Amino acid sequence: MSHCRVILAFLFVLLFPVILSEAKDLPSGGASQEVDLDMDEYLYGHVRDSYEWHITTINGKPVSIPLPVIVISKVGNGAHIFSSHHLEEGEYEGFSVAHSGKYENKIVEKGPDGSEIRPWDFSITKNVLGLMINSVLLVVIVLLTARWYRRHDAAEEVPTGGTGIMEMMVTMVEDDIIKDCVGEDYKRYSPYLLTAFFFIFINNLMGIVPFFPGGANITGNIAVTLVLALFTFFTVNIFGNKHYWKDILWPDVPTWLKVPIPLMPVIEIIGMFTKPFSLMVRLFANILAGHFMILGVIAVIFLTAKMGAAVNGGLTVVAVILGVFMDCLELLVAFIQAYVFTMLSAVFIGLSRQKAETS
Amino acid sequence: MSLITPDFGLLVWMTLIFGIVFFVLAKWGFPMITDSVQKRADRINESIQKAREAEERLRNLSSEQDALIEKARKEQAAILKEAAASRDALIEQAKVQARDEAAKILEQAQTRITAEKESALRDVRKEVALLSVAVAEKILRKDLNSDKGHDELIGKLVDEVSSSRDLNS
Repeated sequence: MSHCRVILAFLFVLLFPVILSEAKDLPSGGASQEVDLDMDEYLYGHVRDSYEWHITTINGKPVSIPLPVIVISKVGNGAHIFSSHHLEEGEYEGFSVAHSGKYENKIVEKGPDGSEIRPWDFSITKNVLGLMINSVLLVVIVLLTARWYRRHDAAEEVPTGGTGIMEMMVTMVEDDIIKDCVGEDYKRYSPYLLTAFFFIFINNLMGIVPFFPGGANITGNIAVTLVLALFTFFTVNIFGNKHYWKDILWPDVPTWLKVPIPLMPVIEIIGMFTKPFSLMVRLFANILAGHFMILGVIAVIFLTAKMGAAVNGGLTVVAVILGVFMDCLELLVAFIQAYVFTMLSAVFIGLSRQKAETS
Repeated sequence: MSLITPDFGLLVWMTLIFGIVFFVLAKWGFPMITDSVQKRADRINESIQKAREAEERLRNLSSEQDALIEKARKEQAAILKEAAASRDALIEQAKVQARDEAAKILEQAQTRITAEKESALRDVRKEVALLSVAVAEKILRKDLNSDKGHDELIGKLVDEVSSSRDLNS
């Protein structure tokens, strides 16, 4: 209890100057017209992919890292690689960012009839760079951990520190999820499932970090979760055994459910696709929603800026407390979603490896 | 809405990046960790098993030891008993022997005493004879001086003595 009180007091002390300074600014400065917040742009700007990595805005000027744009024209304009800051001024080498319509915020080129055509776009976007950074981070962490085992006799020594944490997590995933859900030949699938878990987990965590190199909404992007779900889909269906395929094409149900209208096989085949689809949507929606929630809570501070010092100050405190709470919740969600994705993948793999019941 | 339409470029990049990460981690990362942890778990299980066996053996050993001590104690008791018995027998034997010896000695002593007594008696008798002869001599001498009639007596006595001497020799 006393801890809570100390933290609250600390927050008030921390925020008091901010409240005061805003109270001073508001009547004198004529900057209130700038306070108007474009909620759509604020929310979607933070969660969508973009061609540059926006870090902050100082005095109305955006500070961002320009990223390479790689496009291959569909109308015979050839392949182009250029820095994304060229796009700020508008069209560059025939390519521009659409501001509205079907391809809003995407690079488009003009077709012969003047319509907007989407070229093959392999740009290193914010999400791609984020993926790269997080992947390098993950690979380094895991390989450093593996190096410890290469240099020590794990049977004689127990790792401490970071290696110990990694060992704990790897062991937890392997023992609690993989062994239990996959079954006897779990060793074959354990590298994939462990990679999936840690990949999702680190991307979830980095998504919560609000500044570079975190903050990219990677696992809240449908393309990323689609690829992850496809990996699970292919793992399940490529290594599925005879019993798995028999269960789909000729399940143990009364014959009239299979012939002449293959009702059950159709349902089973649909089920083959709904499983990875649910994996994709679950991860995507949970992480995206988490980002929206945090952004929404923080938006309260800016939305109430016009309502006077007292209201704004009070709600700022509320927003910060809520924001801390949401961040803690998102930490939990980051773990839970990685856990759930891995567990369900393991369950689907386990189902595809099930032996026929002898009875 | 662009949020729920997967972007083709990102799909390609994601597949590539995830594929590489998976390849690297599956080759050099996770198997190393999981195998090492498995090895340690096996080692721990093995150690526990060994410890249990050692404990079992120790318990057996202590019961064996107890049995050994019990056996030794029994043997000790038996030996003690035997020793006591043989001691008693020895003492008994010694007693018997001593009694026999004593009896023998006593008998010998008696025999000797008898012999001594006899020889002493013989000596005494000889002495007494000599003494009586001397006394008789003295008496005779005195009587003979006084009375001549006693020659006959003397002759008779001499005969007597000489006959007894003949008998004795």
